[in-house]
Amino acid sequence: MEQDKSPDNTPTKGLSIGMVDAIAAAVLFIVGAVMMVDNYQRGAGWAIDGPGAGYFPFRVGLIISISAAVIFIQSLFGKERNAAIFVRKEQLKPVLMVLVPTGVYVLAIQLIGIYIASAVFIASFMRIMGKYGWLKIALVSVGVSAIFFWLFEVLFLVPLPKGPLETWFGY
Amino acid sequence: MEDLNSLLHGFSVVLTWYNIGLMLVGILLGVIIGVLPGLGGPNGVAILLPLTFTMPPTSAIIMLSCIYWGALFGGAITSILFNIPGESHSVATTFDGYPLAQQGRAAEALTSAFTGSFVGAFAGVLLITFLAPLVAKFALKFGPPEFFAVYLLTFCSFIGMGKENPFKIVISMMLGFGLAAVGMDTMTGQLRMTFGWSELLRGFDFLVVVIGLFGIGEILLTMEEGLAFKGKIAKINAKVVFETWAKLPRYWLTLVRSAIIGCWMGVTPGGATAASFMGYGMAKRFSKEPDKFGTGLLEGVIAPETAAHASGTSALLPMLALGIPGSATAAVLLSGLMIWGLQPGPMLFIEQKDFVWGLIASMYLGNIAGLMVVLTTVPLFAAILRISFSIIAPIIIVICAIGAFSVHSAMLDIWFMVLFGVVGYFFKKLGYPLAPMVLALVLGDKLEDAFRQTMLASRGSLTIFWSNGLVGSITTLALVMLFWPLITLLLKKIKLAYSRPVAAQSK
Repeated sequence: MEQDKSPDNTPTKGLSIGMVDAIAAAVLFIVGAVMMVDNYQRGAGWAIDGPGAGYFPFRVGLIISISAAVIFIQSLFGKERNAAIFVRKEQLKPVLMVLVPTGVYVLAIQLIGIYIASAVFIASFMRIMGKYGWLKIALVSVGVSAIFFWLFEVLFLVPLPKGPLETWFGY
Repeated sequence: MEDLNSLLHGFSVVLTWYNIGLMLVGILLGVIIGVLPGLGGPNGVAILLPLTFTMPPTSAIIMLSCIYWGALFGGAITSILFNIPGESHSVATTFDGYPLAQQGRAAEALTSAFTGSFVGAFAGVLLITFLAPLVAKFALKFGPPEFFAVYLLTFCSFIGMGKENPFKIVISMMLGFGLAAVGMDTMTGQLRMTFGWSELLRGFDFLVVVIGLFGIGEILLTMEEGLAFKGKIAKINAKVVFETWAKLPRYWLTLVRSAIIGCWMGVTPGGATAASFMGYGMAKRFSKEPDKFGTGLLEGVIAPETAAHASGTSALLPMLALGIPGSATAAVLLSGLMIWGLQPGPMLFIEQKDFVWGLIASMYLGNIAGLMVVLTTVPLFAAILRISFSIIAPIIIVICAIGAFSVHSAMLDIWFMVLFGVVGYFFKKLGYPLAPMVLALVLGDKLEDAFRQTMLASRGSLTIFWSNGLVGSITTLALVMLFWPLITLLLKKIKLAYSRPVAAQSK
């Protein structure tokens, strides 16, 4: 991979799109392989009464692995491999600033219910990213949660995850 | 004639205050979905699907299909006013739409975009009205081998016609089949790919995957691009609308051409995005002044919008008549039908006449209502886009989480949603198309059943796919589609080989 590095590319740290492509292909190859192993155990061939349970998914796994191998080779040794940076540091930051809080949010749903978690989630976004004043934050975050509560628990009768506060209200 | 009577009956089913109300709600929600980044046709419908479980199926599908129309209309608003395509099928609309808005002719551009959309959708509905019953009647003769061949044709044309790397299309598609196979096998009762994890017994729900891939994935991409909305102001009044309408007959050829392209691309699963680019390209090629395209021509707005809507609408034809959706959103609607206990496919036209014709009638009314609604409410939706993304983004994530949870009332599904959001982000950046995965996930079980029944009948011999003229020609067509890029390459080489000596002589 050392040969023909494009000189006009400004030297930025990070993985190239081609490298990420290759890593993704490797992961997909493993996914295909796992599918083949699991379905082989279910009977990937011909059972007494027709194709076994693993017949179809085994072949699907096989095709994934073969295609992933082709992509892997293309992305590392192909003519049109892409040397551009997959994601720059200043781009990665906002992505993680959404992804990590989303993970925390989902965990919070599990613990304290969706309504309070949502209000806190919206409020923290508005504070950290939007730098809004506290009054506006309170109005929007509590308001949105209240609207959802009314929509789902009262109007459509779709029960969503609830925590101690909602139980205290009698829901 | 029989069909016209059924259609009139359909109108009588739709024209109740309840259904008309739902229609308007659906269109308004749809436009909002189409305007906001991160919410699009497929995941918007997926999130709202659980809310319709308590409604009668006909009313539910009317509302959901109106959301679909609304989302198609909504994409044009952001393209023209903000130069940001709200949906991938409105990318081509930005080419001439935004320059028009910069020249202060936003109202004209919007009016012609909406009207073009309306004409395109209308062409699609006409096609459905007259062609779908015939296709369904024909498909009644189909057995498992024929159905498998039609599925094969659908997926092969995805690979052959797709713009992306064919191997990436294959992987995306096969992942969909793999996800569909997780859980209890319906034929043998065996547990497949659950790895001893009892929560996986249920399998991966298609709606959760769609909400993750399209919703969360899109938000992550939008964050990366550091989106800031700076839009043009739009004021539409009756005078501009009528003036623009007076100009439109001049472009009748463009309208007809784009409508035909769109219908074709919708029925074969080419998709609205491809259709819109093709419509734009064709309009440019046949234009007397192709250089002016991209500087703000009304024709350049009409062409892609008409094609996109014709395609989006006619994508419902194979869904209704064969049970094969022509687009990702049609796939979500299809899974809705199955949840309501309706079996999509040819039998629908016989067993559920009210439902089918009610839906088709609602397409006519929904599009007319949609045109009225968008023309009158554009400033409102433009105002929504001025709300900062730091408020919109968390609210969209909350809505996605609620949508994912309400499918099965399962906490794990929200985690899966986040997981598929990350997968969607990577796939989009690496050029893996998402639509084949979604279609494969919806159709996976049916395709597998068709395949296994066929194999049982033939005792494992693949020659059954050429056992009669019908199935043989579909299978052959599928293989031609699959190798289409190779075939065109070969034809080009042959042509080049022939033309070279001639070129040499002329010099």
